[in-house]
Amino acid sequence: MKKHILDFRVISNQPLNDNHNLLELECNEAMPQMLAGQFAEVRIDGSPTTYLRRPFSIHRVDYAKNTMHLLIKSVGDGTRSLANIETGNSVNIMLPLGNGFPISENSEVLLVGGGCGVAPLWYLAEQLNKSDNKVTMLIGGRSAKDILLADEYSRFGKVLIATEDGSHGETGMVTAHSVFRSEKLPFSAIYCCGPDGMMKAISHIAEKQNIPCFVSLENTMACGIGACLCCVVDTHQGNRCVCTEGPVFNSKELKGWSAETEVGCSIDR
Amino acid sequence: MANLSVNIHKLNLKNPVLTASGTFGYGEEFDDFIDVNALGGILVKATTSKHREGNPYPRMAETPMGMLNAVGLQNKGVDYFVESIYPKLLKYSNCIIANVSDSTVEGYVEVAAKMNKLEHISAIELNISCPNVKEGGMAFGTSCPSATAVTRAVREVYDKTLIVKLSPNVTSIVEIAQAVEAAGADAVSLINTLLGMAIDAEKRKPVLSTITGGLSGPAIKPVALRMVWQVARAVKIPVIGIGGITTATDAIEFLLAGASAIQVGTANFIDPQATTKIIKGIEDYLERHQISDVNQLIGGLIS
Repeated sequence: MKKHILDFRVISNQPLNDNHNLLELECNEAMPQMLAGQFAEVRIDGSPTTYLRRPFSIHRVDYAKNTMHLLIKSVGDGTRSLANIETGNSVNIMLPLGNGFPISENSEVLLVGGGCGVAPLWYLAEQLNKSDNKVTMLIGGRSAKDILLADEYSRFGKVLIATEDGSHGETGMVTAHSVFRSEKLPFSAIYCCGPDGMMKAISHIAEKQNIPCFVSLENTMACGIGACLCCVVDTHQGNRCVCTEGPVFNSKELKGWSAETEVGCSIDR
Repeated sequence: MANLSVNIHKLNLKNPVLTASGTFGYGEEFDDFIDVNALGGILVKATTSKHREGNPYPRMAETPMGMLNAVGLQNKGVDYFVESIYPKLLKYSNCIIANVSDSTVEGYVEVAAKMNKLEHISAIELNISCPNVKEGGMAFGTSCPSATAVTRAVREVYDKTLIVKLSPNVTSIVEIAQAVEAAGADAVSLINTLLGMAIDAEKRKPVLSTITGGLSGPAIKPVALRMVWQVARAVKIPVIGIGGITTATDAIEFLLAGASAIQVGTANFIDPQATTKIIKGIEDYLERHQISDVNQLIGGLIS
């Protein structure tokens, strides 16, 4: 897919909690086609300490309105600067980057998002929905305030919630959710995005039941186009760039992700 | 329109703007953004005698006005380059320069000899300055005897333009430049990255898996400019300036300091169109100053 560098205008900036914002951005030109799971590299203009672009999952795409949404978690100066951007300002974005999630057809699928890991799952759920899949969405977080956009996701299927403090949905981590208690899970694929520990634990569950598990990784990167080789992940085929050969991987490709390795699982860590 | 073409030994470049090795992949990564043929030339990612997996993640840390990297020369080796990468480079009609590195003199010689047979590779840049490998790399470029030895050995098997890329992590870069000139280098390029370090204070751990890494970006530009100026006055062979070049003004500063051409590196990561914007900016500068030939800028500081 051809990559573009485009200017977008901020249409709205909605705070979701104390460190997450949802940006709606209108493209100055016709927006190119994008796949669910692909990402964008955003130039940060307002932060003197930020030199490199910042990668964000493409959250939603509306071709009719020529807009897209990005879900921003404030982590450092760069993301904070973007989260504080005002309506009407211009943002320079390189997209669409990386591969996408494989979209199954006419089957039952589970989407698991931890914290801001729900970011790529909105567009994914929409695409899966269009391809006649029965979508179940499991969202986890530490506390009720960390569960982002759960109501929005209900339009695509059943939404399940797990919080570590029990303030919303089931108490505990997503991996301990009752949906996984079945001896034979009904899903033909599991899609997952969140902290590495969570994704590893979900991939073990999937592996045990022989269900393909697609995970979206988030390594620190510079170029986003496979030139610098900074964002590599260790796979059974050697180092692979998360930016061009990911960010979506079948968990079986990743070294150290098989069920034998010990894993912890905590949201946002 | 002003003349933009410059010569580096036998190379005639249509303009002085090249890409720095390791920041431009094999060119094709940038095809969506620019006409790669519009550049003076491209320096492709470093090639070693054997496949190298590179260093473990994390390999990168952002720093004020720059970044540290510790990629560690990840590449599939010279035989893979000859079989699978070289044919893809043939679509480019401009100057293609291979960056050659290794951990032994024999390894450098093997890669150089194989590159010598590739018609469309018009020069090699000998990387004796990579700070991110345990053996070789920078170790060759930080003492005059070892820099001389590897340059001389490669010179014996390489007939075309031989550029040697110098490390700034030395007491006197001028002495190293003069040593490789005497050993048969046709040009020098400088600077490679400066050895640096980043620490995560919250975790009380180094950020990079290798602890130290190579600093690049605008942060190093004044150091690079000083070194280019010093070396250009001390050698007779052409100098290629590298270090934090982001804009046409940066590029012109390096030409004025004595560089005959420049390489754009880290700027490619933030703006994949940086190189073509710099070419346009140099044209605009020449027009604005009514200079008919870019060569008039080389070493053109007014005293």
